[in-house]
Amino acid sequence: MSEGTVPRAALGMPVAGDRQFQATPPAVQVVSAASGGADPAAAPSASESQAGFEALQGKGNAAVYPATYEAALAALAEQRPELVVMTAENRAAIRNLPPVLGARFIDVGICEQTMIGAAAGLALRGRTPVAHALATFLVMRAFEFIRTDVGIANLPVTLVGAVPGFLSDGNGPTHQALEDVALMRGIPHMQVVCPADEQELIAALPAILDSRAPTYVRYNAMPPAVTHTAPFEIGCAEVAAPGAEGGVTLLTYGFLLREVMAARQVLEECGVPAAVLNMRTLKPLDEAAVLRAARRSRLLVAVEDHFQIGGLYSIVAEVMVRHGVLCRLQSISLGERWFKPALLADVLAHEGFTGPAIAGKVLAEIGELGALSILDETLVDIPDGRGGPSHPARR
Amino acid sequence: MTGTNEVDSLPALALAVREHIVRMATGGGCFIGASLSCADLLVYLYARVLRLSPATLGDPGRDYLFLSKGHDVPALYGTLAELGYIPRERLAQHLRTSDSIYWHPNRAVPGVEFHSGSLGHLLSVAIGVALDIRLRGGANRVWVILGDGELDEGSVWEACLVASAFRLDNLTAIVDRNEFQANVRTEDLVPLEPIPAKFEAFGWSCRTADGHSFADLEAALGPLRAAPYVAGRPSVVVARTVRGKGLPSIEARADRWFANFTAAEIAGLLEELHGGESRALTSEGLVVR
Repeated sequence: MSEGTVPRAALGMPVAGDRQFQATPPAVQVVSAASGGADPAAAPSASESQAGFEALQGKGNAAVYPATYEAALAALAEQRPELVVMTAENRAAIRNLPPVLGARFIDVGICEQTMIGAAAGLALRGRTPVAHALATFLVMRAFEFIRTDVGIANLPVTLVGAVPGFLSDGNGPTHQALEDVALMRGIPHMQVVCPADEQELIAALPAILDSRAPTYVRYNAMPPAVTHTAPFEIGCAEVAAPGAEGGVTLLTYGFLLREVMAARQVLEECGVPAAVLNMRTLKPLDEAAVLRAARRSRLLVAVEDHFQIGGLYSIVAEVMVRHGVLCRLQSISLGERWFKPALLADVLAHEGFTGPAIAGKVLAEIGELGALSILDETLVDIPDGRGGPSHPARR
Repeated sequence: MTGTNEVDSLPALALAVREHIVRMATGGGCFIGASLSCADLLVYLYARVLRLSPATLGDPGRDYLFLSKGHDVPALYGTLAELGYIPRERLAQHLRTSDSIYWHPNRAVPGVEFHSGSLGHLLSVAIGVALDIRLRGGANRVWVILGDGELDEGSVWEACLVASAFRLDNLTAIVDRNEFQANVRTEDLVPLEPIPAKFEAFGWSCRTADGHSFADLEAALGPLRAAPYVAGRPSVVVARTVRGKGLPSIEARADRWFANFTAAEIAGLLEELHGGESRALTSEGLVVR
């Protein structure tokens, strides 16, 4: 099967032809730039994207967007001779790096455990490995190696988990990493970074490497979800929409930021002021941002493509209880179930994670579902062009 | 590292290490059986093979030894104490909260390259070290002690495949073939033989040795100081050993993997170690796991 005939799972990440993906090819789809349930027209323009990228990089950085994760990694490897790129035969995001990195590109085959042990060994020798595998196999197959070899020794190993959460789209529950945040944040000193898009992912890399801490990255290389306004810093959330005192605050991470921004728009149209917090790093957490939201909001909503236990909902609840600042907290998550496998846009629609569906759940929670009547059409009718893959194919 | 003419001094060193092991088998106990089986191996490696000394512990050009099975750490601590890596008195701190010497290796102790105890990890860690040594053009070598029971772990064989794929001929594994899992004989549970053929099939070069004969160990390990058995292949030595070696009253017994003896029993065992009569042991052997 030619790679060009199949939709790509989660921007640049594995597709049929790569191992670990279903043997049966998914139906051929017209590749569309439309993304999920969010209105493509709301996506940042090219100049907005460039502005957002500059904001993410902070002052004094002349990096030009668009760049790719792969290009960013290559540039970092050039600046940092100790950096090595590893993979357990998951090359979709780093396909062009072998000739660039030579022996510093280490593909161990389908051996996640050995990759993590070897990453620890490389780190003992002063290397900073950036290790790639599908999120499920990385954090679950190799969990004890991560916890014991990387965690106990507190080594500077970066773990990049591909197609986390909904981004595994059509693969089925074996490939659905819906507990990765819970598992990784339970390891002492492990940082958990969940970029909203490829811009944020790229901006996060130098910060992660500089931290010298073990870090799990929930890989996501989607086009910009918003025009970013705040530089990427570990432990800092981004206020993606300001909202108002007494309104609701939506907290989310990863590519769902896009849907949550769309949900916010629906809420505002219904007369419900809504702030959006982009929780870029779940550990360390921007506790101040969460507490500020809890103090000024009538309702907090944790939106995540993760099981309810151990993810953002748990994290926000823990922070509020610890500080004695309480606010009603709604979970929009997968609860205790796996999701229906399909192409991403259909998954979002089926599971109720499109912007309008999220908004509907929030309105129901605050007893203002009636406000939705004017928007019923939006809720039931997913416009054309959204049934395809969530992103343009990348070759 | 010296020539083979000094081999004659090794029995005394091994005896001293065994005394340390026995002394750690009280006040909470230790994995005495598994430690005694690899005592001669560790003594030989540290005294005759490794390019390593207390002065070169932080040197990136040193040889690395990883103790993968982990619960044999009393043998390592005894060896490190006798060769000047740590003070002998420190061994009396075994299991005390005032120090950090416990049932499994702690890399905070000088000479311990990495923590272990969860089986099937350190061959992978050693691969990372060996890869980096090669990347930097180093001539130092990496050694890993594996338990035979540890070979049940799939991750060992996964790592064997990877070491072979990367042609890591600066890597040597030594299997402490004492024929026991924790509680039962390996061949009665999940048979491992033929071990050499398994490694060979995974692309390693294998030799066997009597793990209690220094002459045999020299024959098997000596050539590996400078070069692998076969260029481009990792090497493995399957060392035939006896669990509890040196104490006839506990040798090759299923219930003496771990033991916690009384002070009187320890005194008797120390005499037995020096050729005295075996005395009856009243402490129950523990089966831990």
